[in-house]
Formats: sequence, structure tokens, C-alpha cells
Amino acid sequence: MSSENLDLTLMIWRQESSQSVGSFEEFKVSVSPDASILEMLDELNNRLEKEGKNPVAFESDCREGICGTCGLVINGHPHGKIPNIATCQLHMRNFEDGETLYIEPFRAKAFPVLKDLIVERDGMDKILQAGGYISISTGGVPDANEMLISKETSSLAMDAAECIGCGACVAACKNASAMLFVGAKVSQYALLPQGQPERYRRVQSMVAVMDEMGFGSCTNTYACEAECPKGISITNIARMNRDFIVAKFKSQDEDS
Amino acid sequence: MIKLDSKIPEGPIADKWTNHKFNMKLVNPANKRKFDIIVVGTGLAGASAAASLGALGYNVKAFTYHDSGRRAHSIAAQGGINAAKNYPNDGDSVFRLFYDTVKGGDFRSREANVYRLAEVSNNIIDQCVAQGVPFAREYGGLLDNRSFGGAQVSRTFYARGQTGQQLLLGAISALNREISRKKVVLYTRREMLEIVLVDGHARGIICRNLVTGEIEKYSAQAVVLATGGYSNVYFLSTNAMNSNATAAWRVHKKGAAFANPCYTQIHPTCLPLHGGSQSKLTLMSESLRNDGRIWVPKKKGEPRKPNDIPEEDRDYYLERKYPSFGNLSPRDISSRSAKEVCDEGRGVNGGEAVYLDFSDAINRLGQKVIEEKYGNLFEIYETITGENPYQVPMKIYPAPHYTMGGLWVDYNLESTIPGLFILGEANFSDHGANRLGASALMQGLADGYFVAPFTVGNYLASEKPEMIDVEHPEFIASQNEVDDKVKKLLSIKGNKTVDEIHKKLGRIMWNKVGMARNEKGLKEAIEEIRELRDDFWKNVIVVGDGRDLNQTLERAGRVADYLELGELMALDALNRNESCGGHFREEYQTEGGEALRNDDEYAYVAAWEFVEVGKWNPHKELLEFENLKLATRSYI
Amino acid sequence: MGWILKFVDSSIGKKFVMAVTGLSLILFLIIHLAGNLTLYISEEAFNSYVSTIDIIKPLIRVAEVILALFFIFHIYNGFRLWYENRKAKSSKYKVNVSSKNSTIYSRTMIISGSIVFIFLILHLSTMWYAFNFGEHGENHSYYKIVLDWFSNPVYSMFYVFAMVLLGFHLNHGFQSAFQTFGWTHKKYTPFIEKLGTLYAIVMAVAFASIPIYFLFFFGGK
Repeated sequence: MSSENLDLTLMIWRQESSQSVGSFEEFKVSVSPDASILEMLDELNNRLEKEGKNPVAFESDCREGICGTCGLVINGHPHGKIPNIATCQLHMRNFEDGETLYIEPFRAKAFPVLKDLIVERDGMDKILQAGGYISISTGGVPDANEMLISKETSSLAMDAAECIGCGACVAACKNASAMLFVGAKVSQYALLPQGQPERYRRVQSMVAVMDEMGFGSCTNTYACEAECPKGISITNIARMNRDFIVAKFKSQDEDS
Repeated sequence: MIKLDSKIPEGPIADKWTNHKFNMKLVNPANKRKFDIIVVGTGLAGASAAASLGALGYNVKAFTYHDSGRRAHSIAAQGGINAAKNYPNDGDSVFRLFYDTVKGGDFRSREANVYRLAEVSNNIIDQCVAQGVPFAREYGGLLDNRSFGGAQVSRTFYARGQTGQQLLLGAISALNREISRKKVVLYTRREMLEIVLVDGHARGIICRNLVTGEIEKYSAQAVVLATGGYSNVYFLSTNAMNSNATAAWRVHKKGAAFANPCYTQIHPTCLPLHGGSQSKLTLMSESLRNDGRIWVPKKKGEPRKPNDIPEEDRDYYLERKYPSFGNLSPRDISSRSAKEVCDEGRGVNGGEAVYLDFSDAINRLGQKVIEEKYGNLFEIYETITGENPYQVPMKIYPAPHYTMGGLWVDYNLESTIPGLFILGEANFSDHGANRLGASALMQGLADGYFVAPFTVGNYLASEKPEMIDVEHPEFIASQNEVDDKVKKLLSIKGNKTVDEIHKKLGRIMWNKVGMARNEKGLKEAIEEIRELRDDFWKNVIVVGDGRDLNQTLERAGRVADYLELGELMALDALNRNESCGGHFREEYQTEGGEALRNDDEYAYVAAWEFVEVGKWNPHKELLEFENLKLATRSYI
Repeated sequence: MGWILKFVDSSIGKKFVMAVTGLSLILFLIIHLAGNLTLYISEEAFNSYVSTIDIIKPLIRVAEVILALFFIFHIYNGFRLWYENRKAKSSKYKVNVSSKNSTIYSRTMIISGSIVFIFLILHLSTMWYAFNFGEHGENHSYYKIVLDWFSNPVYSMFYVFAMVLLGFHLNHGFQSAFQTFGWTHKKYTPFIEKLGTLYAIVMAVAFASIPIYFLFFFGGK
């Protein structure tokens, strides 16, 4: 492990609340290359608190890249420039001494800033609440091995299910589209036999809420896939598109 | 004065749960919608309970301090979930899972609860598959199983290395369905800070809205707490940054007994501390020990790089001390041994880390085989440490991971406060003094899907469906209490940050109430924690405002509670003059250094009743073993 | 019919309209180019090709109306998506890394599309108008009309420029339509992408070659 500290200039987005106007504030830090970027912010905050100043508000939880809570845009990249990791897994050894880091919140109309680097991502959960489930209650289900699911199908469903719902796709997209996130969820259920009864109903209700929440539409730039910390594939968006189109043309319901 | 009544049903163990379900009172379907239930926490236990109760027809108010239910730390569980399906036809059964779990817990758990856990384990897998959880499968389309520590059968179901994530997303999907049916209202970014008791019964909670800082009051006929464990008392643990004991601790202070607080699990294979700025410890799957060899230099403060240290200067201490089990020795033994050699000054660079070396395995099997087996783990390691484990030995060290202790509950998962139910890691119930791998997910979901929906209903059946107004004096009193505490924390304006004090507490806990404990250390710990607590209330600095998003204030409240809980952990450890599972008292060990239980005097659950800060009344729930014979835990 | 309006108003519906109209226009371009290539054979060949079309004028008029509708939907929807998507992204990042996570073709559809749109207006008001409603004397030649217009260097160079951008637009649009329809596959999608690029290059080069041919080589005369 390296031991020489890095001297960095941080330009951190500060914003009081969703109503106020934000701006960058400059900080100088000296940080161990073994620290993660969030640990660097912890240290900075400890220093600020000691000086009686307001610490930089940012969110994180598991710090293992699985909960999807953290999400900073570092020099333009959601979760930083290293592919396939979340912000909490980004270690300072990936930066050069003397570098300037611009640290910003995820930016999208659907993700209003609550404070500094914290944004509200509840729009994503509203989409899930609109149909991101299989309508069963607890109990009364068949034996787990009653249904045969091929390894390939199960594996494809898992590829989609690995999404951590962090919102980096929305943050990376120039249109702030949530289609990678929604596509992944729709795909997981569309692929599995358990999801078939509600397959077309589900995709329609989820897309409807997605549109209501103020996310943009996909123009197939695929920036989402490039920045996704879990490498979720845009094939999932294609699958959602197909199911949605089929649903609209197949449905006997005049109103949908 | 509380009275412990475990309410274990009569009859043979295999029939207890069935009989109990039949004997329980039911709430008429039309009346269910007249009852409100509060569920705090949206991890596996909380989400599954809220969803199941909502599906039954109750009105559920679910609370999480996260921005979304999906973030709860259940999501980080890697390995898998146990069930007694016996799909591999290798001799598994409900009774065997029951036996393994009780034995794994070093005979310090309640037989009836564990049997029920094993009994409903199979329903969990069915439920999760029906929800669309993409468990691993074989080519034939059937579910795949793998084996895990503490069992001789393959009973662990898994979804790649993200079983916890997939199970939580499944439970959250069930919750989302109830939200869409308007049976559950989810309150996000709310931290529960107080319970409200009316006539001694749990009737509501007080929350702080973490965005606006407002202190909010919520009323219900029953309260379910599923708020996880308290490993973060150590500051550094594998728990998430926000995992905390506050909700559990505040109900403890209002009358819920806290059981076996000293039972903590220290996981042997975690990434070690790299520096003062470190915020948490990361778990590396225990499976690495199948091919990795653990060693430290023979010499104290060895300056050479690992690859430059010749064989004769290395001490493969597990292989030396436990020749039959070697690197695969049980969790507690491996953890304690690592501490021992590091305490001798023989850790990596004299610090707290030991080598986990794959060079032998790579030479023997080739890098490709190792890559296939552990590729993703090696990648994680390299991401975090910047070192290539194919070339340089990994560095690992044990870390606090799970707490078996928790709020005391009876067979119905009801605490000593009527109407307050505790689920998942937050209760003490099923794992005794040590938890086996892949059992935490099982317990959380068992409690939430298959136990609480019955037992909470049984409680409500004898309650009147009357809502208590949130302007009731008890609500106002609790609200004021919370408000005063917030104001107090903000008014100290000292010179020590919350993190500084938390780190200090963590060091005390880790050194004296950690992997190995002794009377002297525990007594010192109690003194030191008390001093630190005074220091906190005199000198802490909490910047900012109470009516705002203020993360320092959130942490300050949690650390204030740890400073009380830590003392109880030490007190409980001091009281338990034996070694069992995760609780190792240096005075009580065999000649070979193994844990020495004292069944005659300590085959009981220690349940602590809060009197005032630093003062508790002890209670005992004697453990009776009618189906299993108390035996020395041995894996040889 | 309410459902169709709702469908085309949804996010995926808008993409669907873009893809359907876009793919149709892609087909139209092939036919258009095939006709144009007769310019390279001879003046007579081109003139007789255009005259042949004249025979089925009523049919052509119907086709033109449909084509116009496709253009209108495509352009209207394109602008609408652009406007709405801009609103969805309220502010931009300090450091722009879009070149690292997406192609320039995909990000600039609104620009390439707008220029092709300007080109379209110009093209209709000059060549197309002249072909259809111009004064046709005794010895008139469609070929001459083309030659006249392309003798103007500004006009010709704009044509070339617009065709390069059309190539950009098609390069993204071709495979994008397949993604929108959900026609993706591990095996076939890479082929579709290559085919799209090939198509875009062929179209851009072939269409752009005509003004160059007339401007610099006077139609070979």
C-alpha cells in the first residue's frame, strides 16, 4: 500500500435546500491514497465540524457498492471515472497529486437536490410501486422446484436484477431518462415465468409512472450503460420497449 | 419490575407451532382494516412483515430512515439462505437444521423458536421464488444448493454473491405491491426516536423527519421493530454507515428488556484497517479459506515484504495449532487466533492484519482455476486495496459483523412491552451465542413472513380497534422528550466531534469487549465508557440546526445511545462467567484454548431491565433442552 | 382511437414514432438514390426516368403525401423529444464527459436533424419545385435543371455538408430504430450496427457525390 498523501483541490457543490441556488466551494485536502473518496469527505467533514462549520451533506450506507445510496458525480462521471464501481468503492489512489476534483450531485429534474450532494430519488420507487412486483400475498405459493427455469433464463433475469437502483443511469443520461433502471426491473419479471401473468400490464403501468415523474425519454446514446456501476445492459431497455409496444397493440383495453 | 414469560406452547416440539397457530385468536377479515400497525425498518424482517400484514388487510405504516426501503443493510448479505428442503437428497430435515442451529449457537438459544425457524424455512424459499427472486439454478432448471459453515449438508440457496440483495428486493417488491394497494404507507427519511406507551402498551412512535427536522407523531395499535443489530457500537464493523441501535435502545429504556448483549459475532475474513480515515470494514467471503493459507511472520515487526519472507520465517498458525481443521477452523477460533498473533506484535508490519496466501494454491492448481473460483472476490480486493492478490498475499483481519443479542422477545416475538414486537437481528431469539452462515436471512424472513403476521394478529384480537389521537398527553410527552434531547445535543457546542468520540468508544469496545474478554478489561471498559459518556455530554460539538437536514445530529443521537449500550454489553460480558460462541472469556477456556461453557450456571438468557443510565436489573430466562442434549460444541 | 394518441404521447410511443418514420424514410432514401444514380448514366437516362415517373403522377402524389406526413411526424417528434428531454435535465455538469460515454452521432441528432431539415426545405423549394411546377419548354431537360442548380458552388457545398450530417444522422438512427423496437440480440445486433454504419456511409457518399460531380466535373461534360 502506498503511503504518500495526495494534495487535492476539491470543488464541492454546496446548496442549502431544493429551493436555494447552489454553487461550488473550494477545499484543500491531503488524503491517503488508501482512503475511499467518501472517507476523504468524512475527514473533511470532521475538520469542518471541529471548526464549527457545516459539513458537506452526502449520502452513503453500505460502502460496499450494493445498497445504491451513494452517488456523486466526480469530474463529470457518476460514481467516478473507474467503470463498474459505486462511489464508495472509488479509492483515492486513482487520482494524481495536485488534481482538482469537481464533486457534484446527480443532476436531473426528477432528482431535486435536498442539500449539497444529496438528491431525492423517490421517483424511482414510485415507478416500482406502480408495478415492480408479482402480485402474490404471503403464503399459498407452490413449491419452489415446481417451476423449472433454465439456467440461461435465470441468469439473464439475475443480470437485470443486479441493478442497485442508484440512479447513475439517470444522472449520466443527457435526457435524464430512467429507462435503464425501469428496463432492468421490467426485464427481470418479463424473463421469468412467474412474471408472465402480469407481464404486459406491468410494463404499461411502470412506464406510465416513469413518464409522470419527469424523467426524459431515451434517445439511445447508451451513456447509462457506460456509467452503470453494475454494468446493466441496454438490452433491458430494448426488452422493455418491445413489451410496451406489444402491450399497447395487444391489449383489449380501449383506454390503454 | 418486568416478568419474563417465554410463552412457549405446550406439546412436542414438532407440533408446537402448528398447535399455537390453531390456538391463537383471529381478527375477522372485515375488522382487520380497523387496525393500524407501525413497522419500523424495511430490511428483510421489516419489509416482509409490513408486506404480509398489509396483505392480510391491516393498515400498515412502514418507516425507514433511508430514501428508499431498498437500501436497508440486508441488501449486503452475500452468501445465501438456509432451508431444510433436502433437494440434494443428502439427509437434511427440519430437525437437522434445528439441531445444527442450536449447536451452532452453542446451546444458548430457545429450542422452540429455533425449531419453528427450521420449520418455516422451506416456505421462505417457496415465497421468494414465487416473487421472482432469481436464485441460482442447475441446467435441469431446478434450484441449486451449496454448502456453508457449520453444516454437513448442502442447504444454502443463493443468487450469485448477492443473495441478500435479491431477497430484499423481493421483500420490497411485496411491500411495493401493498403500497400500490394502499394497505401500506411508507414513510421514508424518518428516524424513530421514541416509542409511545399508553397504559403500558405500545401505541405509537415519535420520528424525526430527516429532511425537515420536524418531530412527528404516529399512532397505531401495535408496533413492530425490525431495526437490525448494533455492531456499529464498535465504530468499525461490516455494518452499513447508518445501521444503528437507537430505535432498539429507546424502547429498551421504556421497558423492553435487552437480552444477551454480549453475544457479538466477529467475522474472521474481512479487509483490515488501512488507516485512521477508514469508515467501515468489508467482508470477504469465508470461502476463500478453502484454498488460502493463513500466516504471519515468526518475527515481531518483520520489515520484509511478504514474498521476501522465506518459508522458515513464516508461522502458519492455524495449521500449527489446529492440524486437523487448519485454515478451515471455525469462525470464532480463527478470529481469536488472528488477534492473538497480532497482539504478540507479529501481524503484518506489526499491525492488525494477517496474510491469506494463495501462492500454494496457484502453484498447485494454476491461476486459471483460482480465477474461476474466486475471480470476483479477488477483483473486489484489488479495487479496495490496490494490490493484486494473485501476486501478493491478501491481508485480512476479523471484524464485528453481527449481533446475536438483542431485545428480549417471547415465542410470539413480543417484547416485555405489550404490543411491541421485535423481528430479525434486532431480537435475540434464534441464534444463541453464535450465528451460522446463511441463517440471518432465514431468520429475518421467517419472522416477517411467517411468524409476526400470526402473532401480531393474535395480540390485536384482544385489543379494541380504537385509534389514540396523536395529541394524547403521552404522545406530547414523548415528543417533548425527543425535542429536548435534540436541543440538548445542539446546545453543548464543545470541541469534540461525534466521530472522534465514536471512534474512541469503538477502540474501547474492540479492545476490551471484542473477540476475547476478561474481568479486568471489562471492568476497565465500563469505567472508560462512563468517562467517555460524560465527555460526550460535556464536549461534543453538533453543528447546524435541528430543523434541517442535519446528518451530524443524526449521528450524535446514535452515538449517545451506543455510549449507554456499550456499557451494558460490557456488563453482560462480565456477568457471564463462561465462554460460549461469540462470547469468549479468557478465564474460561480449555487447555487447548477452546471455549469452556458452564451449563450448570449459565444455561440462561440474560435479560436486562433498564433502571437508569448505567443501572440495570438482571433477569434470567432459563433455557431448557428437551430435545437436544447439551454437548460440547466440537467440529472435529 | 384514444389509445393510439395515448401511446404516441408516451415516452416509448414517441420513440416508436421516431423509429417507424425513420426506418420508412431510410427506405425512401434508397429509392431516391437509385433514381438519382441515373444521372451518372446519361442525360437521356435521367430524363426518361423522371418522365416515366410522370406517367404515374397521381400515384406519386399520394406517396408524396404519405412521405410528407412521415417527415412531419419525424421532425415534430424529434423537436418535441429534444425540448422535453432538455427540460428533464435541468442543469449540466461542470465537467462534460459525454465524449467518453457516448458517440457524437447519438448526442447530436437534433443538430444533424435540424440541418437536414433546412436542407429539405431548400431541396423542396429549388429542385423539387422546379421539377414539378417549373416552366417546361419544348426542349426542357430535367438533367439541365440539376446541372444549373449544382453549378452554384454555395448551393452545392451546402448539399455536400448536409449529406455528411445526414450520414451522421443515419448512422445513429439506423441501429437506434432496432433498439427502440426491441429487436436486439447478442448475435445480430453487432451486425445491425455495422450495416447501419455502412448504409449511412453509402447514402452520404452517394448523395454527396452528385453535387460534386456536377460542380467540378460539369456532369462529365
